[in-house]
Parts: sequence; structure tokens; C-alpha cells
Amino acid sequence: MSASEEKTKEVSEETAGKGADKSKEPSNAGIIFIFFVLGLGVSIMVGWILFPKVLYSQKEQPFDFNHENHMLMVDNGCQSCHFFREDGTFSGAPKLEQCIDCHYDIHGGSEDEIIFHEQYVANNLEVPWLIYYKQPNCVFFSHAAHVINAEMDCRTCHGDIGESTSLPVYEYNRLSSYSRNIWGQNIAGLKRNTWDRMKMSDCSDCHQRNNVNQNSVQTLKGPCFVCHK
Amino acid sequence: MEKGHNTTFKRYGMVIDLDKCTGCGACMVACMQENNVPFKKDETDKIRSITWIRVYKLNNGKPYPDTEICYLPRPCQHCSGMGDHGHSPCVSVCPATATDYGMDTGIVSQIYTRCFGCRYCMVACPYHVRHFNWWDPVWPEGMENYLSPNVSVRMRGVVEKCSFCYHRYQLARERAFVQGRKDIEEHEYQTACTQACPAKAITFGDLINPAHAVYELKNSPNAFQLLERLQTYPKVYYLSDRLWVRMAGDNYLEEEKREMAQAKIKR
Repeated sequence: MSASEEKTKEVSEETAGKGADKSKEPSNAGIIFIFFVLGLGVSIMVGWILFPKVLYSQKEQPFDFNHENHMLMVDNGCQSCHFFREDGTFSGAPKLEQCIDCHYDIHGGSEDEIIFHEQYVANNLEVPWLIYYKQPNCVFFSHAAHVINAEMDCRTCHGDIGESTSLPVYEYNRLSSYSRNIWGQNIAGLKRNTWDRMKMSDCSDCHQRNNVNQNSVQTLKGPCFVCHK
Repeated sequence: MEKGHNTTFKRYGMVIDLDKCTGCGACMVACMQENNVPFKKDETDKIRSITWIRVYKLNNGKPYPDTEICYLPRPCQHCSGMGDHGHSPCVSVCPATATDYGMDTGIVSQIYTRCFGCRYCMVACPYHVRHFNWWDPVWPEGMENYLSPNVSVRMRGVVEKCSFCYHRYQLARERAFVQGRKDIEEHEYQTACTQACPAKAITFGDLINPAHAVYELKNSPNAFQLLERLQTYPKVYYLSDRLWVRMAGDNYLEEEKREMAQAKIKR
């Protein structure tokens, strides 16, 4: 930074010298420095605040959902609603049929529950939930391999969503249309918790750490075919 | 976390009985349907058209009363390379790490999002199993709804080939995990062509597992492989009682043919 400052100083001095030798004022440098700092500030603001706003578009969930409340009422934790089917596939977001098992009638009477009943249960429509952790189409992910075979906790990848009282805002990348949860909330891609990001490198890091099928001939790491279809 | 992430090593392979094959092409159809293989309006240009398993028509080259025909279905041979190090011809040349050899299954994979379409692998492959997507796939109206969600649709500019229906292996493993098993049974993982074959000419399984049917079949004296002498060590074996069919598996010189014929008759 100091080098560039000096350069700008030199340049300004040169131009000042060329223009008028008489008015050689050293205060010019101060003004240029202030503008430089201002410009830097604006650039950083654009990069860190405006750019994510441009890059990501927000979508509303059909209605809000309280995970914490539901967790208190079910017996089997996350798997009460997000369960494995007999053929090994994972059910993901619950279907209307499952919700109706308990919500055949209005229970709590909250605003969201009334929306659910009036718009979806009454018309027998599936709730079009937006999936935060939906991976791109070329990715195969097996919940069974992770949750059952490797005995991993849901929290490792999904964080504390089970204790949340309302749904986070769904954001998607305007260019790739992928959910923001893939890249992570931090625009610089920094990661503090295991559930902050879901990029390919995050999957492969964990696979490498736990020595999962590290037997590719090409890379000596995990073969791409484990996740890519 | 040391809870058995890795299942035992397998070497999936195929034994195709050419005496049973009628050349009906059901395997080709089943494969295209299973793996979202694109097709064009005009499929007469076989150099540009894509099929993961192709049925070749062989004949013994003799005039009418002695003419014999044999149909030879040819999926990807999933070459192990010498010493089973996975140095199959295509894996060795790929500069993009797009094609790889899984030491756990012995399946040669192709990652479409990784491939940049240099086609070195197509040149390297002695079996012509690899095909290049010259165009983006165009499906007849409404057919998008019939595409399999388990297999990516390929875009223009990438190479594709048979994967031994690897997605079926993954789905079978998922089912096994949910049922509390670590490993899958033979019948749980079968390729689409195997199941579609009405003559039951194709047998699929783990070549190194004595419990699987292919283990015995591949040791038959009638078994041969394509272009054995290139030492690519394919994992697709062929069976035939007929000597001329077994001889068609490689390019033998005339005198070699005579020697081989005697040797093979003795065997």
C-alpha cells in the first residue's frame, strides 16, 4: 500500500511540477491520500456488501416453520420427519401426507399454520419448500452412507437448524442458481464450523481426513465417481 | 468415526455368452434408456452416434452353406491394466483427471463435468467404447420427463461411456446401509443390459468373489477376452463354443491362427 502511495505522490508531484512550478504545495499529497482511503473504503463496501446483494437473489419460503417447537413434540429427533425410505433413499423435506399425520386439524393456531391449512391442506397441495442444501445435478449424495454407515450427526452438515425458531432467508446465486448454503454465508469463503459450507472441497476434505475410499488411481485421493454422477 | 467407511474390494465384471446372444439389441435399448444416452434423428452415421453398448455382427467369412453369424455385445471393458494398477489405456492418457479407476470396484469412471473433450481417451481406447458428444442432446418433446434422475445428462463437448450402471451400485449400497448391512448381494447390483437380455447371455458380478456366478464362468475354457494381447486386462469376458468366434477376439496372423487353432482345440 505504501509503495502505491509513494507512486501516486510521485506522479502528483510530477504533474504538479509540469503544470506550474510556482504553486508547489505539499498539502496535495494529503488530499490524494484522503481520496485514496475513501476510494478504498468504497471499493471494499462494494465488494463485501453490494456485490453479494447483486450476486444473490432472495426467495421467500411459502411460510415460516419452527423447528425447535416441532422437535419438542416428536419422539425420534430429526428422523421423525426426515426419514429413510425402505429402499435406502432419504425423504428430505416432508411431504404433505406426513404433515397431515399430526396436522389433520389446526393445533397451535399460529399465522403460519393457518396459511398451511388454508392454502395447502385444504387444496391438497404439496408445500413447495425451497431446499437450502440442494446440491447441483451432477452430484450424488447418499444420506444413508453418512448418517447410518458412518454414524454422523445431522448437525455436522446442517448445523443448528433443529433448534431454530424460524427459517433462514433462502438465497440463491443468480449465475449458477445454486443455494447460497453451498458457497456459505461468508462471501470470502471462510469457514468456522463444519456446516458453514458445502462445496466440493468440504466434502473431499472430510473424506480425506477419515480415509474414505482414498483409492483413486489418478489422484490417490477419493475417486470422483464416489459423488459425481 | 472409524466405523468401516470402506467396503471390501471388488472387481465388477461381465461374462457374455455369445452362443446365447441372438443380437436382438435389447441391451442397447435398455442401456440408452437407463443412462440417458442421447440420440439423433438420423442415427445412420455410426461414427457420430452414441451408444454405450454396441452389438457387433461377426461372420466366419465362409461362403453360403458354411456361413455362421455371431453377435457380440461390447460394453466398456473396464480394463484393469497390467497388475491391476488401474492403468487402463484411457485413464493413463486423460489430462483432466476426468476418467479414473476406482480401486474399490474396478470400474473405470467418466466425470462429465470434469472432461473438457480433448478425446485422447477415445484415441487410446482399443475397443471404441468411448463416444464424443458433438451436439447438446435434444430429446423429443415430453421425453425429458422420462430421463433418469440418477444419471447426469451430458452436455456438448464431453466424452461418455459405459459405467457398468454405477448409480445402481450406489443405490444398492444405500439400501444395504439402511437395512443394517455393510455389503451388497450379487442380485442387488446388476446392470441394465444384464437384466434386459431376454436370452440371459450376460452375467454380471464380482469377478473375485467365489460366490458370484461370473467367478466360475470366467475360468471356462471357452472364455476369451477382446484384444487379449494388448494386455489391457479387460473385465468383460466372452464365452463361445465355436473356435472361430474365440479367434475373432484378437487380430491373429494367418499362421498364428493355425497354431492357435491347434492349441485351442487341444485345450
